[in-house]
Amino acid sequence: MARIDLDLAHSYKPDPQQDADYALLPLKMTFDDGGAYALLGPSGCGKTTMLNIISGLVQPSHGSLRFDGDDVTRKTPQARNIAQVFQFPVIYDTMTVAENLAFPLKNRGVAPDRIKARVGKIAEMLEMSGQLNTRAAGLAADAKQKISLGRGLVREDVSAVLFDEPLTVIDPHLKWQLRRKLKQIHHELKLTLIYVTHDQVEALTFADQVVVMTRGKAVQVGSADALFDRPAHRFVGHFIGSPGMNFLPASLVPGAPAGSQSLGVRPEYVTLAQAGDAGALPATVVQAQDIGTYWLVTAQVGEHTVRLRLAPEARAPQAGAAVHLGLVGPRTCFYAADETLIADGSPA
Amino acid sequence: MQLTLADIEHRVGPATHLYPMDLALQPNTVSVLLGATQAGKTTLMRLMAGLDVPTAGRVSVDGHDVTRMPVRQRNVAMVYQQFINYPSMTVFDNIASPLKLRGALDKAAIAQRVQALADKLHIDPFLKRLPAELSGGQQQRVALARALAKDAPLMLLDEPLVNLDYKLREELRDELSALFAAGSSTVVYATTEPTEALLLGGWTAVMDGGELLQYGPTAEVFHRPASIRVARAFSDPPMNLLERGALRLGLLLPNAPPEATIGLRASALRVQQRPGDLSLPGTVELAEISGSDTFVHVATSAGELVAQLSGVHFFDLGARVTLYLDPAQVYVFGADGGLLQAPARKSD
Repeated sequence: MARIDLDLAHSYKPDPQQDADYALLPLKMTFDDGGAYALLGPSGCGKTTMLNIISGLVQPSHGSLRFDGDDVTRKTPQARNIAQVFQFPVIYDTMTVAENLAFPLKNRGVAPDRIKARVGKIAEMLEMSGQLNTRAAGLAADAKQKISLGRGLVREDVSAVLFDEPLTVIDPHLKWQLRRKLKQIHHELKLTLIYVTHDQVEALTFADQVVVMTRGKAVQVGSADALFDRPAHRFVGHFIGSPGMNFLPASLVPGAPAGSQSLGVRPEYVTLAQAGDAGALPATVVQAQDIGTYWLVTAQVGEHTVRLRLAPEARAPQAGAAVHLGLVGPRTCFYAADETLIADGSPA
Repeated sequence: MQLTLADIEHRVGPATHLYPMDLALQPNTVSVLLGATQAGKTTLMRLMAGLDVPTAGRVSVDGHDVTRMPVRQRNVAMVYQQFINYPSMTVFDNIASPLKLRGALDKAAIAQRVQALADKLHIDPFLKRLPAELSGGQQQRVALARALAKDAPLMLLDEPLVNLDYKLREELRDELSALFAAGSSTVVYATTEPTEALLLGGWTAVMDGGELLQYGPTAEVFHRPASIRVARAFSDPPMNLLERGALRLGLLLPNAPPEATIGLRASALRVQQRPGDLSLPGTVELAEISGSDTFVHVATSAGELVAQLSGVHFFDLGARVTLYLDPAQVYVFGADGGLLQAPARKSD
């Protein structure tokens, strides 16, 4: 297993001039040995480019990357000793489950008794012990993808295991079980895992640290609660959570920290306030939707739309109602003109 | 317009795709067709559009029988999962095509209408481009604008947002809801996602295995599912269902037979205790984090349960946790699967 250090940039164009020419803007980042990471962002954000640079499928146009201090920038994927799992099962249909799992080890000349032990262990973790002698051809798509996962995890000596949207083909009802498996496996095997996805549930559930990316830039690396409660960049506030964070001009509220241009507050943390309350702003309710498990209220503060989420047992104000909204509290964040966090309301 | 399907049925060879059903669509609003893949949603829409003729039964529009009237003679707009546009036409010409075909408007009026729709769907900067030069989200916006340009009394949308990133889906869903509300079309919108149905509001028809299970105002169907099958189809995460659950939970339900199945919404389970709660101790199997919510899978003596907690919460795999439940929040289903009792609502 390895610690991975990136200090690089990548452009698919020969002579990049401006930010938009880069698939990956200059960045410095470290993936710790044994950590579980997710690269999360919309399509075109650069997450797959970053994964391909780590695996060696793409050479960065600028800078270098190191595995445990060794410069591997020019090394082939084979030489980097990386295991990969893709969106779709990559297995041998004519082989049995056991033969499929053993294949990466056989290729490396591992002794037969060690192969047997390792295949047994991985099959047990994936709950496929009973199917070891079944031919892969007859299995359902999710079982095949489990074999793919197993093949990615079977070698103990890899630098890292890279996953590219590995649960795409899995039936929604079975996804959580595989997410659970992956988490258990990470706890047991302590491999360095890097997981690319555009799905926030997958990223936040799987990873200890999530790298949120947009337009070629990693805007925050953090745990799920940090991304939710203290988004370091407005994009993170917007992208994490459904609906995402509300943003308003900081000038609307008294006492905004110096240099703040906007305030961000999640729908979960907006409150219904009284007219006299400090910092309460008058608003008009546009819509109150019963989302079954909560009320989603849309209100207008001047020209700005604010959404708030109320408990199902709350009495939600109806469309047209004049209300006051509490927008400043311990979870309110303030952002500078460049969209980065300058202060949050949490006690120091 | 009033679309009525009377005793319709659809068979293809020996296979029944739709079992006999009656459905009178609520006019001038959105009706969601909710069900898993293969539930019969697309088949039903094709009958509504006139793309297929039902094996039996009658389709009527405002009282006129149109069962055998081909789609070309009906005034229907359709949007599909795939982004379908005319590849050799510009975005402008794509949106204008239904208006030109109808021939009722002059050039200036067409240009005005195209511009208005492009503004609403945020594609006005791309009017001179070809669809292939746009992102997936923009291409689907073009297809939606073309369907809206038709201003047909009946608009059918078959999972129109399924191939988009979830943030784009959120945005477009909001825009569509506003457009539907502003227009006077009868809209049918197929989706596999319960949350999408709740966000769209209107009315919902729950389908499963080619059967129409229940049709009513969306929130009412959600809060009073007529059967276990409806409850299962219309909940995400799935409703926790406990066979002979009163016994397993130690619940006293004087009006329910002992074999009744108890349904618990994930959102009804909490980790904070309130007076009068039932306690369900167990161990954590996985905590899935969506950002706005955490879904905790817990193995308890009553069975495996999923709890939905607002915000981000961390639980170690295998950690001990106690779930709490207000006994008034249970659903009770009889031996035949029919609803016997639903939690009372404030608005009831």
